[in-house]
Amino acid sequence: MRKISDLFKQELKVINIGLLSFKESLDDVGVKVIQVDWRPPAGGDQEVMDALKKLLGK
Amino acid sequence: MVDIEKANKEAFDRLLAARPVLVGMGKAIDVIPGMKKNMILHAGPPITWDRMCGPQRGAVIGALIYEGMAKDEKEAEEIAASGEIEFSPCHHHQAVGPMAGIVSPSMPVYILENETFGNKAYATMNEGLGKVLRMGAYGPDVIAHLKWMEEVMYPAMDKAIRYLKKIDLKNIIAQALHMGDELHNRNKGATSLFFRQIAPAMVKTSDANTVEEVLKFIDSNDHTFLNLSMPAAKVSLDPARNIEGSTMVVALARNGTDFGIQVSGMGDEWFTAPAPVPPNALYFPGFTKEDANPDIGDSAIMETAGLGGFAIGAAPAIVQFVGGTPQDGLNKTLSMYEITIGENNVYQVPYLNFRGTPTGIDIRKVVEKNLPPFIDTGIAHKKPGIGQVGAGLVDAPMDVFKKAVIAFAKKYS
Repeated sequence: MRKISDLFKQELKVINIGLLSFKESLDDVGVKVIQVDWRPPAGGDQEVMDALKKLLGK
Repeated sequence: MVDIEKANKEAFDRLLAARPVLVGMGKAIDVIPGMKKNMILHAGPPITWDRMCGPQRGAVIGALIYEGMAKDEKEAEEIAASGEIEFSPCHHHQAVGPMAGIVSPSMPVYILENETFGNKAYATMNEGLGKVLRMGAYGPDVIAHLKWMEEVMYPAMDKAIRYLKKIDLKNIIAQALHMGDELHNRNKGATSLFFRQIAPAMVKTSDANTVEEVLKFIDSNDHTFLNLSMPAAKVSLDPARNIEGSTMVVALARNGTDFGIQVSGMGDEWFTAPAPVPPNALYFPGFTKEDANPDIGDSAIMETAGLGGFAIGAAPAIVQFVGGTPQDGLNKTLSMYEITIGENNVYQVPYLNFRGTPTGIDIRKVVEKNLPPFIDTGIAHKKPGIGQVGAGLVDAPMDVFKKAVIAFAKKYS
């Protein structure tokens, strides 16, 4: 817990994966943030994900 | 499960080993495999007359008038709907066609050879921009221009090419990428390089008036080389077809109604979805998105081969026309490395420290990353008879890749 508290006393450098609104909120308060352009595999389609797993050997 | 990695390496290596050269010309009926007197080839996956979009119908009407099979639009529509005409995709005949992609029996076509594997590919000559057959226009001026191309330009080009014996297209494409071309929507550098090769040979083989007319036309048409870059991509990709277990895409093609893909390990099967309208485009004055036909043409063979939109980082001028920056173009090219098997060993993007272009689309990566191939393309009016209304940027529909992944898993598991 103490380490976490120390972290927030330093300048934050954030990598955000997923929802853009999280990044925008940090932008608004001047926190440096990098947005990762990540999308759910197969757009979250279960049938396609099952087929994909076979093709990727997972 | 089959060894997909090994199969993809084979497909990718074959694509990179290709040596596309232009070796001559001929009439479609004489040289295109399977061509018939009553056959019209078209862009994209298979389609019937009743489902054809406006510009493709317009180009069919024009082709029937050009062939002397119909005297006017009304008669041409009747013939097209009667069942007398056999419609077949260019891709089923070792050919590719930009936009509507219409090839009729009398049309002269370039003959390309892949010197590594000995296979051939075919494409018509480029007609220029605006009111042209491939964009769905079929007025008297369009037909007259096609006749001039057949009667004046074709013999002169044919003689010059045969005099040279061959023109190395891989060399031209590699150089053009260093001159701001991506070989789909920008072919200015490649056309200039082609002009430098063909002009002296034409002077040697045709009369002065013909040479002047033909060279002036080539000089006025920056897209002259598009109809060579496309079959160059086709002739390079065809040996990568039918490799058991390969998930590499060997064709992206649109007929203006459907967007289709073919995958190396899935034979000649097409996976299709509705063709999208380019959301990001520059329209000619007087036209808007409301006028645009959905995405059309075999020209996405360029992206399939790792050029076009995949190499847009090499062509800042193309990004500028839709209000983008050079960095936007580089970002698009960089993102395409996420969905490709490897990098080209000859075709390079100068601004990425001459990194090879992202090459060989893997359907698994497209679906896993949920990142569709990016295409830059011309846009035709949705109604027949009008022609080109703009150019723009479009993503391939994800559904075709999802369908291909499901079918692939079913076939091989």
